[in-house]
Amino acid sequence: MVWKKHDYDNLPGTVVFDGECTHTSYNLNKMAFSFNSPENRAEFADDMDAYCRKFELTDDQRVAVLDGDFPALLRLGGNIYYLAKIAVFHGMTMQDAGAAFQNITTEQFKQKLADNAAGFQQHLEKRGGYWNG
Amino acid sequence: MGKVIGGLTTSHIPAVGNAMANKLEQDPYWKRFFDGYKPVISWLEKEKPDVVIVVYNDHGLNFFLDTVPTFAIGCADSYANDDEGWGIPTTASFKGDAQLSWHLSESLIEQGFDMTMCQEMKVDHGCVVPMNLMFRHLPEWPCKIIPLAVNTVQHPMPSAKRCYDLGKALRVAIESYPEDTKVAIFGTGGMSHQLQGERAGIIDVEFDLECMHNIVNDPDKMTALTNTNIMERGGTEGIEVIMWMVMRGAIAPNVNLLHKHYHAPISNTGAGVLLMTDATD
Repeated sequence: MVWKKHDYDNLPGTVVFDGECTHTSYNLNKMAFSFNSPENRAEFADDMDAYCRKFELTDDQRVAVLDGDFPALLRLGGNIYYLAKIAVFHGMTMQDAGAAFQNITTEQFKQKLADNAAGFQQHLEKRGGYWNG
Repeated sequence: MGKVIGGLTTSHIPAVGNAMANKLEQDPYWKRFFDGYKPVISWLEKEKPDVVIVVYNDHGLNFFLDTVPTFAIGCADSYANDDEGWGIPTTASFKGDAQLSWHLSESLIEQGFDMTMCQEMKVDHGCVVPMNLMFRHLPEWPCKIIPLAVNTVQHPMPSAKRCYDLGKALRVAIESYPEDTKVAIFGTGGMSHQLQGERAGIIDVEFDLECMHNIVNDPDKMTALTNTNIMERGGTEGIEVIMWMVMRGAIAPNVNLLHKHYHAPISNTGAGVLLMTDATD
């Protein structure tokens, strides 16, 4: 038994959520999916450790959930959309998590987004035809 | 007969949903983004589609990872939004058109697209945010919807080419519907963004604008891209742009481009709007 290699395996700083990833993290993501229900959110908030055990998370996954360690949760196979459902319990947004993945502050992360998009209006003018408000 | 009256593309990010819920449209961060929708809203008011097919991806509301359909179509009389677990406000339910949905399913499967048919389907922000962007100023939804969910969450995902071909088949299906029905297609999601990993936060303006140009003028350049090509430049979540290709496939090879708008960053993404109809010349 072997996980097939893919041409996306070596994209830098990137986890591609594929069969290998989802297979190894099924219980973690399943627990996160359960948070769509307010009753389950209340039960989790009441005793996070017990709730993780109920979903049979691995020890590593459980510790990462309790610590709100998003780089670890990602490494352990958490899907980003499901991690969003966990992040709220730690008072975190997706931008906070985005910052945590690269060990910078959320303000630095927002600045990175702004820097990456800087000058976009010049690009639009160069190409023409855009509504420019 | 059924008729495709036009197609548009839009972001569906949850931050936009929260901005609308909190009435931040005039806030300096948001104003230019929301202003870019005005021509699309006017067009929809004038053309009055009977049905909107919303091409979107579910982010863990209706579908969990236990069952991941590549292409799923709603076949119900109504669709409800619901609690996604992290606080985006819910909106009123939508009316469906089950007869048209079943006709589309039959036609698409006959044409080789093996759709998953859903008689119950909760629609998440991927569908709801675009509907709110277009219609929130009205007292109720002015048209029916048919949700068409594309898997952009778990690889393997369909290619841009497959999505484009689905759009072409969708047009054939719509045009063979016996009742006079005006259908608009919303391709949602995108543009460049990556939410996870050390590379989180990428926005590639030049890639986004290339995509917008090619979707309008040269869709074959988009369908030549592999999903890895798209992720390399547009980010893992930027893969959502494949859903724009479903819309594009449903419009004629030559289009009238009625509106084109881009803004970045919005939340973690580049945000593009296109509005197009079949070319008349």
